Amino acid sequence: MARTYPKDQVLRMYRSMYLIRRFEERCAQAYGQGKINGFCHLYIGQEAVAAGVTEALHPTDYILSAYRDHGYALTRGADPGMVLAELFGRATGYSKGKGGSMHIYDIEHHVLGGYGIVGGQIPLAAGTAFASRYRNEDRITVCYFGEAAANQGSFHETLNMAGKWKLPVIFLCENNRYGMGTAMDRVSAVPEVHRRAVAYKIRGEPVDGRDILQVYEAVKDCAAHCRAGKGPVLLEANTYRYRGHSMSDAATYRSKEEVEAERKADPIPKLRAWALGGKVAGEADFDGIEAEVKATVDAAVRFADASPEPAVEEVWTDHLVEPGERDVPPRERVHGVKVEWPSHPSGQELRVTWELEPHTRVDEGEPTPGLRRRA
Amino acid sequence: MAEIAWREALNQALAEEMERDANVFLMGEEVARYDGAYKVSQGLLARFGSARVVDAPISELGFAGLGVGAAMVGLRPVIEMMTWNFAILAMDQIVNNAAKVRQMSGGQLRCPIVFRGPNGAGGRLAAQHSQALEANYAHFPGLKVVAPSTPADAKGLLKASIRDDNPVIFLEAELLYGVKGEVAAGEHLLPLGKADLKRRGPDCTLITWSRAYHAVEEAAARLEAEGIRVDLLDLRTLKPLDEQSILASVQRTNRAVVVEEGWSFCGVGAQVVDLIQSQAFDFLDAPVGRVTGLDVNRSYAAVLERAAEVNADRVVAAVKKAMYREEG
Repeated sequence: MARTYPKDQVLRMYRSMYLIRRFEERCAQAYGQGKINGFCHLYIGQEAVAAGVTEALHPTDYILSAYRDHGYALTRGADPGMVLAELFGRATGYSKGKGGSMHIYDIEHHVLGGYGIVGGQIPLAAGTAFASRYRNEDRITVCYFGEAAANQGSFHETLNMAGKWKLPVIFLCENNRYGMGTAMDRVSAVPEVHRRAVAYKIRGEPVDGRDILQVYEAVKDCAAHCRAGKGPVLLEANTYRYRGHSMSDAATYRSKEEVEAERKADPIPKLRAWALGGKVAGEADFDGIEAEVKATVDAAVRFADASPEPAVEEVWTDHLVEPGERDVPPRERVHGVKVEWPSHPSGQELRVTWELEPHTRVDEGEPTPGLRRRA
Repeated sequence: MAEIAWREALNQALAEEMERDANVFLMGEEVARYDGAYKVSQGLLARFGSARVVDAPISELGFAGLGVGAAMVGLRPVIEMMTWNFAILAMDQIVNNAAKVRQMSGGQLRCPIVFRGPNGAGGRLAAQHSQALEANYAHFPGLKVVAPSTPADAKGLLKASIRDDNPVIFLEAELLYGVKGEVAAGEHLLPLGKADLKRRGPDCTLITWSRAYHAVEEAAARLEAEGIRVDLLDLRTLKPLDEQSILASVQRTNRAVVVEEGWSFCGVGAQVVDLIQSQAFDFLDAPVGRVTGLDVNRSYAAVLERAAEVNADRVVAAVKKAMYREEG
């Protein structure tokens, strides 16, 4: 870590990780109290990835993820009370309580969802990246997924299209070594996911996901690659989750020794130690952040606890769009604040200049009278 | 007015909507340089360019999902499935993403996408290429399902489907692409969710959609020659179902026969029958009849395929049964 970082940036990254850590610990507690039900997948141990990626991105870049998704939204500026309210199934949640833990959406901050089907978000990322190129935007997409999702067909189909069409997406594989209870190398011919990039002729590389500064530098570089139109990147962040796959996982497939060893590389104290050692910041700065985060999370719990459940009539809403219906931003609905909602050129204003396939028709004459149907 | 083929009507709809709205793009196998496997997208690549008419690899799940993602951020994709048989590979993206992102996000997102392509039998194509699959999509909340029968309905409904902000399953038919019909000149839009009463008569209500309409129309003409006059209700949209039109017709005729190309078990026709028996029971003078494709996988041999199909003979017999008349 020979680079220098301004103090405010280092503290911002620390706070981002620390917020996730404290939030997730409270989620575990709330689950035990029966306030969160169903599935709850905690991000504890992996914080450096979400926080490092967000630090390297523009606020308007899109992110998509799987179901271990509370942390990404928090790093992007989502209201922690509203995220927790969503986990508690309350009307004040980002999705009015209709999504829950696996479906955290904060469109204001371009967080396009958590998804419950493994690998289901990967083709969506090709679509959001396609839209960015179509509109000639300086915007990339980051698609988070676990290493086990790289065995789904959706992964292969998507990387092929993204590679061929040079779509601006960082396929960010968080390799925490276990797909639920199955170690990746037990079920994969090529367990190191980044090595698969060569099959799609795209850039692929690993990064130490337990070191936020390395994640930050790697994503900055990958993002520049994407913005320059050079195509997608498959970035494999090696990381570890200290808890089980979900709240109901006893995690008998890993040894206590392994978990203890991984905890020694905890990204949060690692950054603190680095900053203190390099005199980038002092103990008081970190203590201050920790106190503020504790207060923030406490307030989030109070907010979620006090929030009502949705009205039962809401069972019928938000399935189909009615003509003239306006999408109400969550923070406007819940807190009455005016928010900047994503907008795009209208279909009458937009000029599409992208040539996805540069050559025009091979033959300029009559179309070949070919098969009427394809087998 | 002009008489044009189904494929031409779809081509006009696509070209007009793409001209009107630059957010609309078409993606699918063979849609660009091949002009479409069934020539529906003829000329569109030359007119709109390779970013708006995109030849996809054979990756139905992948490009269906790409379409959903693009729709989530405000583009208006038209994703062509070469046949709905192949779209089975894309089911996860259609039913778990397109149909659900609005609800999972609590209304923060909409998904203005159209999935379109030929549904049902293509003629001598055997089991894997001959399936009528509308019931699968109609089953899931969060999708609209449209199944026109004539070129005019196809054009008006495809334009409306592209302008609809919801995911629409748009079901065509290979054996209809060459069928001609009158299509009005100028801007021609039809509302989703409205059936079309194509014939009026007091004796029986015939309810149908898509390609089966043509067999039903043939049956209706034969019945008319025998003095039996039917209401012929072409649903045009399966989801949302035009319940009002169905019930209004049955209240007039007191008899109903539902005709569909697809399999009987859990077919959309079963839903229509349930609606009629539960909400128009007191108006019925006979049980509601159904004519469907046989509940078998479709064979290649001509005699076996014919045996499994809906045809005008079977529809005529069903109407007479509903009227308690002997066949003859």
